Amino acid sequence: MQETSKTHNIPNNFIFPKAPTGVEGLDEITEGGFPKGRPTLICGGPGCGKTLLSMQFLIKGITDFNEPGVFMSFEEPTADLSLNVKSLGFDLEQLKADKKLVIDHVRVERSEIEEAGEYDLDGLFIRLGYAIDTVKATRVVLDTLEALFSGLDNQAILRAELRRLFHWLKEKGVTAVITGERGETTLTRQGLEEYVSDCVILLDHRVIEQVSTRRLRIVKYRGSTHGTNEYPFLIDEDGISVLPITSLKLDNEVSSDIVSTGVPGLDEMFDRGGFYRGSNILVSGTAGTAKTTIACYFADEQCKKGEKTIYFAFEESPHQLVRNMKSIGIDLQKHINDGCLIIHSSRPSLNGLELHLLTLRKLIKEFKPTTIVIDPISNLISVGSEHEVRSMLVRLIDMLKYNNITALFTSLNKQTDSFRPDLAEESVSSLVDTWITVRDMEGMGERNRGIFIIKARGMGHSNQVREFVITKKGIELLDIELGPQGILTGAARQSNEMNKKLSEIKLQSELDRKDREIARKRKVLEANIEALKNEFESVEEELSLLKATEAMQEQAALNKKQQDDK
Amino acid sequence: MQNTDNHTDLDAEHKFLLFVSGMSVKSGHAIENFRKICEEHLAGKFNLEIIDISRHKEQAVHYQIIAIPTLIRLQPGPQKTILGDLSDTAKVLRILDLN
Repeated sequence: MQETSKTHNIPNNFIFPKAPTGVEGLDEITEGGFPKGRPTLICGGPGCGKTLLSMQFLIKGITDFNEPGVFMSFEEPTADLSLNVKSLGFDLEQLKADKKLVIDHVRVERSEIEEAGEYDLDGLFIRLGYAIDTVKATRVVLDTLEALFSGLDNQAILRAELRRLFHWLKEKGVTAVITGERGETTLTRQGLEEYVSDCVILLDHRVIEQVSTRRLRIVKYRGSTHGTNEYPFLIDEDGISVLPITSLKLDNEVSSDIVSTGVPGLDEMFDRGGFYRGSNILVSGTAGTAKTTIACYFADEQCKKGEKTIYFAFEESPHQLVRNMKSIGIDLQKHINDGCLIIHSSRPSLNGLELHLLTLRKLIKEFKPTTIVIDPISNLISVGSEHEVRSMLVRLIDMLKYNNITALFTSLNKQTDSFRPDLAEESVSSLVDTWITVRDMEGMGERNRGIFIIKARGMGHSNQVREFVITKKGIELLDIELGPQGILTGAARQSNEMNKKLSEIKLQSELDRKDREIARKRKVLEANIEALKNEFESVEEELSLLKATEAMQEQAALNKKQQDDK
Repeated sequence: MQNTDNHTDLDAEHKFLLFVSGMSVKSGHAIENFRKICEEHLAGKFNLEIIDISRHKEQAVHYQIIAIPTLIRLQPGPQKTILGDLSDTAKVLRILDLN
């Protein structure tokens, strides 16, 4: 017995009592489950999953919430029911043996029944009451009450008795689920919605362009708020799962960690050196612009750092991808062997969008990756309409954000001359945090690849279109080459480089020549200096000679005077 | 139906189950109405068992009872089920081939 419901700021903290269905996603959109102790009507056309949904409600009640249940079937015999749900992993026989479940098949065969006079449905009441008392059930399923209408003639009695039945169920305090076949203009063929007015859920199974999608909508839910949209749901080996937008509010926690793009040079284009952890990155571009290569670089980089990664490939098989990436020096096989990487390949048209989403969800739940790559996301658009794809992507991105998974999507866009994105891109571009575009740059008889960042939420980034080349060594972002008309690429870049080299050589030789000239000049000057020096020296010598002679004459004169004095 | 069949039918043992619920008015009427029919048309040749499903609930499941009152003719075959208080005597007789 759980009463789970969010309070949503109701001042008195009132919690509407609800019985959790245990159906993945349904509890979220009903904000806790079906109304407790009241009847809920599930209606829909044939084969839309009414019986399964009600059965799952009952079984989950027993297994997850310890609420025993009664299944009253007006259509299928007990044995058939057991067999049908066995494939979904539910063992009804065991539950019956454990005294948790009673299945009562009410057989109403018109051909065997005649009516003569007044009657009431006490038999049904007593049987139901008996079943409820046997296991002390708090959950009851009546599938499909409308069978009574085809089995019994007296509609007046029937309607009066049904009214009494629902009243009686409410009094009993059991949470009842009643299924009803959808009518042409009404929710149910027999107008059961008149009697069950607390909660009505409509199931629908539509095929649009050969792709079937099941949908669920809460038509009304008295006394409670609920999601009002049509939510796609799936039936697979685990039963029903409804896929709501996982977080109806945008309040997921964010990380400021940075993860590297894995592409040398690309990191530098982001101010903080990569993507934020848990953000979504879209790599878009026309065919053959190396989107997959960039995606693989990213995956490779994450695996090298020990981050678990799932690569969803909608175009290539795992082997093909591994082989192709080997040619540019990326060894994905090693990561697969290490258990770091899963490559999941499937054709987009294999199943509907929702099933793809579910596969994604399941793999993410099992493998718990921190990084996923979807290559390419645009292929999914071939499966559904743009609107559906968008709604699926919203849910996907929400789920990824919730789990703080960094996700990289590639998107193939049509070859257009304009820089404007096409519809496929536009449908996702507002959802993603970082958008990188790779482009062909055509001109002068060649094609070059350029990469640039269109947006990066919460991070400064380069505004340049960087040319990159893919060689055997992988991707290489080239330095920017500016020409008179802007950035140069390819041959223009090379010719520009050549010109630059030529002028450099010219300049160098000019310099050399000047150097030599100066050297020569210096030599001449030095020779001149030497000659002058010599001249100077000889003059100096002469001078000293004169001085010496003069001194000697003086001395001689002095000596003579002394001799004269004696 | 041919007369001869009718004849053999009457000779056979007639076995009926009448399901009622407690002391409800309709149940009372049904018992009364059917007793009258049997005594008039099958005097001494019938076996009527009245089952109160409010006491024997498992019987309601076993015999697939949904409406009260319900009359089931077990013998002679084929098994027939009549819902209601059996106030429409002519109809009951026609269904049970007792004319």
